[in-house]
Amino acid sequence: MLTKEQIAQRIAREIKDGQYINLGIGIPTLVANYIPSHLQVVLQSENGLLGIGPYPKQADMDPDLVNAGKETISMVRGSSLFDSAEAFAMIRGGHIDVAILGALELSENGDISNWKISSSLIKGVGGALDLVASNAKLFVAMRHCHKDGSSKLKKQCKFPVTGLRCVHKIFTDLGVFSILPEGGFKLVEKAPGVDLDEIRQKTEGRLVIKGEIPEMTGFAK
Amino acid sequence: MINKKVANAAEAIQDIADESVLLLGGFGLCGIPEAAIQALLERNPKGLTCISNNAGVDDFGVGLLLKKRMVKKLIASYVGENEEFEKQYKAGELELELIPQGTLAERIRAGGAGIPAFFTPAGIGSQLAEGKEIREFDGRLYLLERWIKADFALIKAWKGDTAGNLIYRGTARNFNPLMAAAGKITIAEVEELVPAGELDPNQVHTPGIYVQRIFQGDHYEKRIEKTTISPE
Repeated sequence: MLTKEQIAQRIAREIKDGQYINLGIGIPTLVANYIPSHLQVVLQSENGLLGIGPYPKQADMDPDLVNAGKETISMVRGSSLFDSAEAFAMIRGGHIDVAILGALELSENGDISNWKISSSLIKGVGGALDLVASNAKLFVAMRHCHKDGSSKLKKQCKFPVTGLRCVHKIFTDLGVFSILPEGGFKLVEKAPGVDLDEIRQKTEGRLVIKGEIPEMTGFAK
Repeated sequence: MINKKVANAAEAIQDIADESVLLLGGFGLCGIPEAAIQALLERNPKGLTCISNNAGVDDFGVGLLLKKRMVKKLIASYVGENEEFEKQYKAGELELELIPQGTLAERIRAGGAGIPAFFTPAGIGSQLAEGKEIREFDGRLYLLERWIKADFALIKAWKGDTAGNLIYRGTARNFNPLMAAAGKITIAEVEELVPAGELDPNQVHTPGIYVQRIFQGDHYEKRIEKTTISPE
């Protein structure tokens, strides 16, 4: 099983030179730590920045510079700043190449739920609905199961849906999955030490396993 | 040049009455109108509708207005960091309208720009689409969304001049320029107020036409919501 950091490391391998990328809160934010330094990519923060840099040194911390998770950040050379309408024009307008989001649940059709209103929890929607409606390639980073052990890879989402048929690839602690055009989670790679039965058992939606499934390797400590 | 300067926050907000609809700038606690919020707490109007991306935290930002029970309705995209909000919402004492962040920004922009409605792909297939008009363009579905305008916009910039021209700093810009245009009366507070002519017109983000009143705040706490640092 992968740790959060390892899920982030695995996603970082999908990133290609020249991409503009939006990283969501949680595991997606960690992806920034593992993007190979030879790649020229630009990270967008939907509160109004292209060019997110690493967390600042204590002395350089600036309350006027935060990411979409409200964390203090820095800017890389060549950054630009703008207002919130401009930020989402970039997103909906198809200018962002990749969006990496967390999720509460996914359906086998590629529907995503990542917000909810219930008596137990009110958080809000943030920018997720705009991001999943954009033409960006949508990668989802999440744990395979809820804390109670139930699967997050479902036939149908139980929580309110954020977007329909929009997920491209899923990265969990058990493996990497793509969504088949006819519906279904296709296992692409499995995490080290995880056997296929465990993945079968923990995937509620239609799971497709064809041929030999490679095991991920090469994680940094 | 028209002089928009007022003495202080109290004077700037003196006509904000019960039941007013307010736009409040900021993202999280970044770029919020701290001084106007403090002055509002003292004036204590009730039954406010507050439109702001977030609800602040329990003891800062919009959260202070909630705590004092001055707000009847909140229109926001994310309210996660506020227990007071959750308490009042669950008790049915506070109305909430959740809007996708990009839709919120665009609705406010539209309000300021005289565009009564527009179509967006955000929200299709979700609960937030219920009751809204959906139309297909070039094979894709879009939701009709209306403009947002307000009685007052309370915004914060870094520098401003007496003509109401504003310059923001870092990601503290966020919703502030959009809200400036969507308020019937826009009240801008700045960390440094200079005479008209002293800002470089090339650098102005918000032209003074959108600002009716401007003042320099006394002290900015600029509280950080989440401190994250790299090791030395």
